[in-house]
Order: sequence, then C-alpha cells, then structure tokens
Amino acid sequence: MITLQWLYALAGAMFAAFALLSVFDRSNPKRLGNAAFWGLMALSLLTGDFIGDFGNGLLVLGLAGLAGFGFLGRSHPATTSDEERAAFSVQLGNKLFLPALIIPAAALIGTLVYNYTPVGSLGWIEAKRETYVFLCLGALLALGTIYLWLRPPAVAPLQEGRRLIDAIGWAAVLPQMLAALGVLFAAAGVGTIIGDITGMVIPKGNIFATVLVFAFGMVLFTMVMGNAFAAFPVMAAAIGVPLLIQAYGGDPAVVGAVGMLAGFCGTLMTPMAANFNLVPAALLELKDQYGVVKAQIATALPLLAVNILILYFAAFR
Amino acid sequence: MNYWPLLGILLVVLGFALRMNPMLVVTGSAIITGLLGGMDLVKVITTFGKAFNDNRIIAIVWIVLPVIGLLERYGLQQQAARVIRSIKAATVGRLLLLYMLVRQATAAMGLTTVAGQAQTVRPLVAPMALAAAEQQLGEVDEPTAEKVKAYSAATDNVGLFFGEDIFIAIGSIVLIQQTLATYGYNLSPLHLALWAIPSAVAAFLIHGTRLMLLDRKLKLGGK
Repeated sequence: MITLQWLYALAGAMFAAFALLSVFDRSNPKRLGNAAFWGLMALSLLTGDFIGDFGNGLLVLGLAGLAGFGFLGRSHPATTSDEERAAFSVQLGNKLFLPALIIPAAALIGTLVYNYTPVGSLGWIEAKRETYVFLCLGALLALGTIYLWLRPPAVAPLQEGRRLIDAIGWAAVLPQMLAALGVLFAAAGVGTIIGDITGMVIPKGNIFATVLVFAFGMVLFTMVMGNAFAAFPVMAAAIGVPLLIQAYGGDPAVVGAVGMLAGFCGTLMTPMAANFNLVPAALLELKDQYGVVKAQIATALPLLAVNILILYFAAFR
Repeated sequence: MNYWPLLGILLVVLGFALRMNPMLVVTGSAIITGLLGGMDLVKVITTFGKAFNDNRIIAIVWIVLPVIGLLERYGLQQQAARVIRSIKAATVGRLLLLYMLVRQATAAMGLTTVAGQAQTVRPLVAPMALAAAEQQLGEVDEPTAEKVKAYSAATDNVGLFFGEDIFIAIGSIVLIQQTLATYGYNLSPLHLALWAIPSAVAAFLIHGTRLMLLDRKLKLGGK
C-alpha cells in the first residue's frame, strides 16, 4: 500500500538534494546555513518517526534558530535569463502549459478514478490521502515529460527547485510551525480560557448579541490560532451548543456550517495563517509580507457581516 | 482558573506587529505558553516536536517546485503573459473573477490541492494578471504590480475557503459533524454542506465586486 511515508521519503529526498547542492553553492555566502536548514527538513521528512518526539523537538529548535538568527541566505543557481525565457516562450508556445497541467490533471483524474471506479476498492493507497499521492505522481510524470521533450541538464530540476525554495526561505516551514504552536496552545488550555471569557461577556436572552459574540469569537480565535479548526470545537462548547442550539433552539446545521465560515473570514485577516497569507507573499516576492492579508481584509469584513446575518436569520427562522 | 497561558498569544501578536522573525516568535511563544500552562521544558519540547512531526503533510506540496522552476526556466511565465496580451478584452478583474469561479467550483468538488499558491498562482495566475494590467495601463509601476500580485493570491484564498465547505468530505465539514455529534446532534455532511452555499455565493459577489472595482481603479490611475 502506498502510504504517506512514501511521499515523505520523496519530499525528504528532494530537500536532501537541496541541502547538498547548497553546500557547493559558492554564490551564496550563507550556503552552510541554507544547507543545514534544508538538511534538517530532509531529516524530519525521512527520519521523523524514528528520532523520537524530543528529537523532533530539538530539530524544530534548530530550524527556528537557523531561520531566526539570520543564517539563511538567498542562492542564485544558474538559470536562464529573461531574454532567453522570452525566446523560449515564442519558440515553444502554448505547449509549455501542458506539463504544468499534468500535475492538476493527475490529481483530479486520479482522485476521481480512485474514488468512483473499482480501482480504489483494492485499497492500495492510504485512506483519504489519494489526492496527495496523485499530486506527487503528477509531479513525477510532468518531470519525465519535460526531460523527454526539452532535455534539460540532469540536475536542472533540483537547481530550479532550490532557486524557488530559497526564494521562499523559512516561510516554507512556518505553516508547520504554526500548526505545532496550535497544538501547544491547546495543551496549555488556551482554548478553554478563551471559551470561558467569551462565555462571560454575553447578555442573557439576546439572541442577536449571542450570535455576534459567537461569530466574533470564531474570528478572533481563528486569527490567533491561524485556523478555524482549532476555534470551532472551543466556540461550539462555549456558546454554539449550550446557548444558540440548546437555549434558543437554533438549527444545529446552520450554527455549525456558518459558524465555521465566519471563522474562515478570520483566516483571511491573520498572518498566523502563514501558508495562505505569508507563503504567497514570499512566493510572489512581494515587498510587503502582509500584502496578501491587506488585500483580503476588505473582502473578509463584509463577508463576515453577511455570515452573521445568515447565521441569525437561517438558524432562527 | 490559570489565565497566564494567554501571555503566549500576546507575545505572538506583539511579535508579528513588530515584524520580528516569525520562526522565533512562534517558537518563543510555544515555549512560554507551555511553561505557563504548567509543563516542564522537556515536556514542552517533546509536545512541540511531536506536533511538528504529525503535520509533515504540509510540506508535501513543495514537491511541485522542481517542475514549476523547470517550466519557468523555459519561459512559462512569459508564455502566460503572452497569452493574456493576445486577448484584447483581458483585464485583471475579469481574469481573476474567472479564476475565482474555477477555484470555487473545483474546491466544491473536493479538489482543493489541484490549484494553489505554488501550483497555479505563482506560475500562471500572477503573471497573467500582471500582463493584463500592462495591457490596461501600458506600464505598471511597482506599487501597482504589488497590488495585482497580492490580489492574485487573495483571490485564490477566497475561492478556496468559500468553495471547499460545499464538498461533503472535506476536513472542516467532518470536524463540524464530529464536534456536534459529541453533543448528540447527528447531522449528515450533506446537510452541513448545503448551508455553506449561501456564504459561497456571498463570497463570490463581494470579492467579485472588489475585482471589478480594481479594474476601475486601474483605469482611473492609468490616465
């Protein structure tokens, strides 16, 4: 059976190659820092299940130290110039899109075939992970296609991948760090405390005010934790179930679904949701790391207002 | 009740506000929150390490980088821009509106990782949007380019967030269902997904309006 371990091994091998290539990159004065950083990522992906939880903890501290104290530099692997690229695009034309589309097509078709034909009933992929497997398969397929078609230098995919990962830098690891921070917040009881506090500020008997506190609680908690998943169980326990559903008779389906979506409005407004809001800023090489968040606020606030109205009118119809 | 762990949140907010290195802010906050929550240092490091290891799936999407980088080497972004320049009616707003529709629709079918910031925004959507802006303005100054790129990323997020909950087997729907089930409310995922539709429509209308306004702003700024 193809499990997540296979994918970790594949990604781990890639990061190991990034680390190795970094060591020999004389164009980057901080090359050893980059090598150590991507080396630790490779170690995590390849051996994370064997080095113990404390070992993983030390590994994370290492990553944070390298990134936080400025040991990472920007590399400049050899690639084509803008003029060469323009010439290539004229020469190759729209065929260039085909390899790029192999990845989503493989993920899409693979997932559909796996779930809706007998292919999947054999259970050769770890449950619920098939899209990731087909995504990786698509990436390998695309790579093979490009090799056959354009015959790039053998090491080019890894060097071009390293060019991109160094442009993203530590932001590539931050989402995983934040997910871990969320777990620690939960273990330290932060969720229960916030649930308690929001529970205290509600005026008795006022349904609309309760809906407001519930929605804003979802938003604020989501902004702090970086995702609505951590906020939902807490706000449901504090307000959603005991007050909105049980005391006032609100429709549980609306309270659940729209409550979660109110939280998503919070996700649009917080740097804590790093993979959605900070990583793209790095990927697109924005000057302002909060540029994406700023572009989203004016969508998030009116959308939150609409969600509050849907929650109020649909749950208590 | 012990309110001290909240100090960890304050540290995060402060750290982000002061634009300190987020990796340090997060790690520092994790350690302090854990200690204030009554764990010893070894326990904090162990919990942090286990959680990091449990979330390695987040790192899987970077597997697409060698392919994207390689295609960039052969002019993928330039070609994306060329295609847009050949469509005379293309504007930033219309292009992103179309992308949002596709993103919402595919996410609603559960295909959330088919597109994304690394998979589609960097190699295709952002260069296309920039080319459209060039077509609208003639020349794009840096603040405008920043804005167009930021809107490209934002549109992907809005489309994803307010499309995925229409799919019944997505993580958040499962979480809602499980959470409410513990209180004795057994809802079908389909019932929950149905109530995600009004918000999805609202998201499309609100963000779509902003995209159209962006077009108008570009037009006024270009004159």
